[in-house]
Amino acid sequence: MHYSVFSVLAQALRGQRDWKPQWRDAAPKPEYDVVIVGGGGHGLATAYYLAKEHGITNVAVVEKNHVGSGNVGRNTTIVRSNYLLPGNIPFYEHSMKLWEGLEQDINYNAMVSQRGVLNLFHSDAQRDSYARRGNAMRMAGIDAELLDREGVRGMVPFIDFDNARFPVKGGLLQRRGGTVRHDAVAWGYARAASDRGVDIIQNCAVTGIRRENGRVTGVETSRGFIKAKKVALSVAGSSSLLAAMVDMRLPIESHVLQAFVSEGIKPLIDCVMTFGAGHFYVSQSDKGGLVFGGDIDGYNSYAQRGNLATIEDVMEGGMALWPGLGRLRLLRHWGGIMDMSMDGSPIIDRTDIGGLYLNAGWCYGGFKATPAAGFCFAHTIARDEAHPHSAAYRLDRFATGHVIDEKGMGAQPNLH
Amino acid sequence: MRIRCPYCGERDNGEFTYLGDAGGARPDGMGTDAAAMHDYVYLRDNRAGVHRELWYHGAGCRSWLVVTRDTRTHEISDVTSAREAGLARRNSGTTSGEAA
Repeated sequence: MHYSVFSVLAQALRGQRDWKPQWRDAAPKPEYDVVIVGGGGHGLATAYYLAKEHGITNVAVVEKNHVGSGNVGRNTTIVRSNYLLPGNIPFYEHSMKLWEGLEQDINYNAMVSQRGVLNLFHSDAQRDSYARRGNAMRMAGIDAELLDREGVRGMVPFIDFDNARFPVKGGLLQRRGGTVRHDAVAWGYARAASDRGVDIIQNCAVTGIRRENGRVTGVETSRGFIKAKKVALSVAGSSSLLAAMVDMRLPIESHVLQAFVSEGIKPLIDCVMTFGAGHFYVSQSDKGGLVFGGDIDGYNSYAQRGNLATIEDVMEGGMALWPGLGRLRLLRHWGGIMDMSMDGSPIIDRTDIGGLYLNAGWCYGGFKATPAAGFCFAHTIARDEAHPHSAAYRLDRFATGHVIDEKGMGAQPNLH
Repeated sequence: MRIRCPYCGERDNGEFTYLGDAGGARPDGMGTDAAAMHDYVYLRDNRAGVHRELWYHGAGCRSWLVVTRDTRTHEISDVTSAREAGLARRNSGTTSGEAA
């Protein structure tokens, strides 16, 4: 369906009767070239780029629930490419560039808003650390600005600059970072992939992965067996459960991350802001609610809901930075299940099983990676080799010592 | 979620710190190969269901505990001290017990 100001006006006059579903709700065919397991942002983007970049359109995306019901609809919508390590920088910058052209590419309003991501620092040592990160970004051609205290005050005058323990000394700003409407990303990629011939099969849970002679032959699902030449797993949160179907153990623990939204208020904060002394990040949605979050709960969970101790911790972080938050009421909070990897970085790779591909381990940073993860994963599936931008995200890097540990936490997934 | 500490009684989970799966026994680092150490350090079963895991009661008695919990519901079915669990493993002579 074509969207334009004319179609909106015409539908308004006709009582909005003629809008059609944005993508085909397909039933499974007996066989596909590629079956992508997981109809989230990453799976749908992978299907889209398989069709667009590699001309592979005999593709199914199988989703156990409905499109957008998992983490793509549960995140805090932040996009950025402010990374330090060489393995991460080109990948996330590629993602940022794809975000910048996404709406024209898929002809869908994803409300890409480059409102700036501001990371605050609170000590001299932290300023050094952020300056180093900013320099690494600029050397790679990515925008970064180190703001002093007055620069920060110009952007967010309402925070507590003179907190006794954590005075605000300045911030690292990436102006090209910002937010994207998360649901629209899922819907837009679904529509664009479906238009190119991809079957999107909802309410179809994968219950097994069939193998013959060390090669996958298809997936068992709640809607019957689907034959496939290649099977691609893109099921963050449940990666270990799918891998267990082919007797693989992954360097991943599943943890619950909670997010929050306040009641709607008038425009107050026009950027994404993060607290440097605790884990707290906040932005304002277009409906007016403050969207914020912090640490994961820290224990293995598949429950999609968290506990009050973490909620209290996030609120304390928010109040330390921005005491005015205390006057707001919390509207909703929810949880999603994260693939917490052993070095805090993701995996986009082939596996030892022929025709089986893995996109996993996104920790709580998968949303911003959606376009590049789809782009690079599609490349890996189509050509059986890594895309240069995702070449460091190997499954065997823990055995070979090539870990990508941005936070330097070691093999302790709940600390990444 | 509340954890019934064997020494302090039922306490809020905010008093505890999580370490992880209590299932794997650490291989003898001098006597094993790199692949076995890799599996121990990096790979996890990550089960959806009953999970034996190590918690530390840092804001209470400072004991290490082995908690048996369902990762789908957060329901806790058993809590023992890690010391007792470790002694039980040693006495039973098994090698695949918890790393207490």
